[in-house]
Amino acid sequence: MAEAYIYDAVRTPRGKGKKDGSLHEMTALSLATQVLENLRERNGLDTSKVDDVILGCVSPVGEQGSDIARTAVLTADYAETTAGVQVNRFCASGLEAVNMAAAKVISGEAQMAIGGGVESMSRVPMGSDGGAWPTDPSSAFKTYFAPQGVSADLIATLYGFSRDDVDAYAVESQRRAAQAWAEGRFSKSVVPVRDQLGLHILSHDETVRGSTTMQTLASLSPSFTMPGEMAFDAVVQQRYPQVEKVNHVHHAGNSSGIVDGAAGVLIGSKEMGEALGLKPRARIKGAASIGSEPSIMLTGPALVTDKLLKRLGMNPADVDLYELNEAFASVVLRMMQALDIPHEKMNVNGGAIAMGHPLGATGAMIIGTLLDELERTDKEVGLATLCVGAGMGTATVIERV
Amino acid sequence: MENFKIEVDGDGIALVTFDVPGRSMNTLTGKVIAEIGALVERIKTDAAIKGVVIASGKASGFCAGADLGELGGSAGAGGEDRRSEQEKLQAAFDGGFALNRAFRALETCGKPVATALEGLALGGGLEFALATHYRVAANNPRLQLGLPEAKVGLLPGAGGTQRLPRIMGAMNAAPYLLEGKSMTAQEALAKGVVGAVVEPGQTVAAAREWVKTGDPVAPWDKKDFKLPGGGPYSPTGGQVFIMGNAMLRKQSYGNYPAQLNILKCLYEGLQVPIDAALRIETRYFLKTMQSPQARGMIRTLFLSMQELGKGASRPAGYAPYDVKKVAVLGAGMMGAGIAYVQAQAGIETVLVDVSVEAAEKGKGYARTLVEKAVKRGKLTAEKGETLLGLIHPTADYADVKGSDLVVEAVFESRELKATVTKLAEAQLAETAVMGSNTSTLPITGLAEASVRPANFIGIHFFSPVDKMGLVEIIMGKQTSEETLAKSIDYVLKIRKTPIVVNDSRGFYTSRCFGTFIQEGLEMLAEGIAPAIIDNVGRATGMPRGPLEMNDDVALDLAYKVREQTKKDLGEQYVGGPVDALITRMVVDLERFGRKNGKGFYDYPADGSAKKIWPGLKDIVAVKTPDADPALIEEIRTRLLYRQAIEAARCFEEGVLTDPRDADVGAILGWGFAPWTGGPISLIDSVGTAAFVAKLDDLTAKYGSRYAPNALLREMAAKGETFYGRFGAGAKAAA
Repeated sequence: MAEAYIYDAVRTPRGKGKKDGSLHEMTALSLATQVLENLRERNGLDTSKVDDVILGCVSPVGEQGSDIARTAVLTADYAETTAGVQVNRFCASGLEAVNMAAAKVISGEAQMAIGGGVESMSRVPMGSDGGAWPTDPSSAFKTYFAPQGVSADLIATLYGFSRDDVDAYAVESQRRAAQAWAEGRFSKSVVPVRDQLGLHILSHDETVRGSTTMQTLASLSPSFTMPGEMAFDAVVQQRYPQVEKVNHVHHAGNSSGIVDGAAGVLIGSKEMGEALGLKPRARIKGAASIGSEPSIMLTGPALVTDKLLKRLGMNPADVDLYELNEAFASVVLRMMQALDIPHEKMNVNGGAIAMGHPLGATGAMIIGTLLDELERTDKEVGLATLCVGAGMGTATVIERV
Repeated sequence: MENFKIEVDGDGIALVTFDVPGRSMNTLTGKVIAEIGALVERIKTDAAIKGVVIASGKASGFCAGADLGELGGSAGAGGEDRRSEQEKLQAAFDGGFALNRAFRALETCGKPVATALEGLALGGGLEFALATHYRVAANNPRLQLGLPEAKVGLLPGAGGTQRLPRIMGAMNAAPYLLEGKSMTAQEALAKGVVGAVVEPGQTVAAAREWVKTGDPVAPWDKKDFKLPGGGPYSPTGGQVFIMGNAMLRKQSYGNYPAQLNILKCLYEGLQVPIDAALRIETRYFLKTMQSPQARGMIRTLFLSMQELGKGASRPAGYAPYDVKKVAVLGAGMMGAGIAYVQAQAGIETVLVDVSVEAAEKGKGYARTLVEKAVKRGKLTAEKGETLLGLIHPTADYADVKGSDLVVEAVFESRELKATVTKLAEAQLAETAVMGSNTSTLPITGLAEASVRPANFIGIHFFSPVDKMGLVEIIMGKQTSEETLAKSIDYVLKIRKTPIVVNDSRGFYTSRCFGTFIQEGLEMLAEGIAPAIIDNVGRATGMPRGPLEMNDDVALDLAYKVREQTKKDLGEQYVGGPVDALITRMVVDLERFGRKNGKGFYDYPADGSAKKIWPGLKDIVAVKTPDADPALIEEIRTRLLYRQAIEAARCFEEGVLTDPRDADVGAILGWGFAPWTGGPISLIDSVGTAAFVAKLDDLTAKYGSRYAPNALLREMAAKGETFYGRFGAGAKAAA
């Protein structure tokens, strides 16, 4: 079987996912299109050699519907022969797209492919696609459905993370992200978003607040107390009766931000890379997904990491750098606790608490962040992972070549 | 047609009078359902009929719905069945769909049909009316419209889950469907269930007026129909379902298939046209009917309750005993409550205590309740005064004279009870009944103080007396059948449900309830985290967890009872780790429970929510801090089966003789998980053999308190059920 190599990774900056966000006036399609254009231009890519474009998107309705991947292939003026497919593994969609692109290369189905993702959360709000899972009594009842925030609070309650713990994590995330931006650590991957005239309308992540302190966060009230008390705390307690009371610790300041953005990772075989004159930056060493208990929902990262590392014959200590999407602070604290990962190896340049989490794109974005940082610090092995709705985890291990 | 009379007037309006012969109330019998088909055929084909008004021929109201007796009996016919699985399923579906088919034919008959509602329309009765194009209700304060099926574990299966939300939206319809809440005429008007409310006696005329120009097409059969509130995938509807699912789990703990299936009917049915929706409803109706929960709940909460409420346990051959005057000895919380419910039933009540002041204080309780009822408009001030006038507080036993019955409700002290029994009996006629409201002391022993032990009986009320519907009647060794008959007449007069048990320590209800709270203590002593015990305890369907229940009952009381039992049983007493735990809590730490704000929980003085006492883990180490589904299931099984085996023992010991007493008494008396239909229904639905096998397993793990008794083993070997062996059918055969 072939090996899959990463040749390039680009992402847009993340714009605040509200009506006053800088990217709100850009369509989701234009974000995806610009990512594909950038990959082509930066690499002088003969797009007729790109077999497939796989884009994650979590709310594939409205302007994000109708297979936005194929649509973006066409608007980006890729070769007509380049196919496109949109995938949805909730928050890990972008990473799943990368893994699928790699799998296609490894299996020989594709020689060159792009895995990425797009989400304009300001234009197609979260939940726009409905879905049976929380709505249909058959599935909601069986899975003890609760909103993710309640699940994140449940993790904090069960594993003993206080409000101070999660806030301290968030402060550090902001500090790291601000420092990374100040030192230009993202410049390899981030490409400015251009308007219709070519003017750069956003060139940095819009929600980073390096000045965040424990005091500024202390003023925020927990976001999930009300839905929790209405019903969802009781629901998760039926599944986790050891919990006397759910401790609601998450709020807007220690949870991932709602943002707009897109990303793409160029993945291909060694032969096709050589034929196109591209230099491989890393090898995809392995990837995995796992299902986990759906009510607590967000404990998948440690489980899938364990599964993947075992398969690769590795230990958590063998990984030089980790990127775990900061969906909620407790998710990251729990994975570090479960696998004994030092904070110095985890999300060293901050994460979604500071920069936001454009649902379908984040997984591809953190692969780029991980690769850039491995190169910057001259390290070898990195692991990217995300927690996923309905109880899942997806992970990828990359290794510099 | 024997159930419907048709008269066509000069305008071509047919007045259909619904009048089931030989019944005081219209119900949807099999025959009625068949005749609705014929009725629709007549309406459709008779050219002289331009429109229809359906009204009831009964003063009692329009229709009370399906015949639950008939429905309960329809499950599982005997005999060999050679049909294929598919044929059987199809036949079941066709049977279940018959009423929906009939009502839908009426709705689409092409002519305007209105229903005149002078009185109640419940269940299938309301569904009948909803299948007509218009409804008029009388402005009658007693008129009730509702779909109470969920209360007995069923779902409205004749269009109710589909037409009601199509009228008022899923969110508005949910409480009527899920909780069986009923509506008044005015509420029905506000929600669009009826088109008009008119004075009593005028509904037929008003319906007739509507029919003259009425639209024969239901709103949901029109092309431009918009579901009020939107379907599950509209922006507003989605939240209704997401929240609704969670609220239902919060409230039901997943114990009630009827409610979940109703929600499924809404979710699935509101996304498709009405014809498909009705098929979906029928499928869930049948699925619900087949559940052990529905069978148990119909039997216990409807049929048995009704039977016991009509005096099914009353020995035959004794003249009705009309209790006019009753003395209540002791004006404490129980005595005061008993006095109030007696006065409510028009019984002259002598409330005796050691001083007039103490007796007056007891009457004060009734006064508070009356004032509250008057304030809420449930009682007129005048009637309230009459009620209070029936209660005579006194310290003089001479006032007891002339009482037909006495309820002794003094402290649980043998000596005190003996004294007041003697004082009261000195005033009583030889025919009067001497009752004791004891919850723990054996009746036979108390009867020793009586000069007429044949007239002596236990009449055990539950607290708060005005809210709790059960009375446990305890037969002492010498209590006569006549005394029992008289006592039952008394209980029925005060509108409570009587169960009859024989004497034993704790009788039936206190004894079985005690096992629930005791088992919680055992689990605590085993090292299971207290939150797990109480969360799972609540999730079994019991009203509260066992540890919080221990706090409510009071730990010092539990300690005293334990010490007394130790003394009584002597060497036979089997102690355990729980004894040390209770002693530590009560004697060393003075944690008495809710009453002093310190028990297994801390009860903050500011009234905020109680919290598990942090020091508890220092006196019992937590060995099981987490719970997975297997452990949850095990704890759930332990808590329910521990009570059920005790009920089974009561049968072997002759404390119980009738499964109806066991099941009704358990649910009404100590809130035993209603979804089971009661502890005996639970054993029967699990199957005696499977129950015994699980008990053997629990005995091996946790001790002899779970050991199956000889009766259970015999029944398991023979494949018998309690209702089969001890039920009304078995008795009739004997």
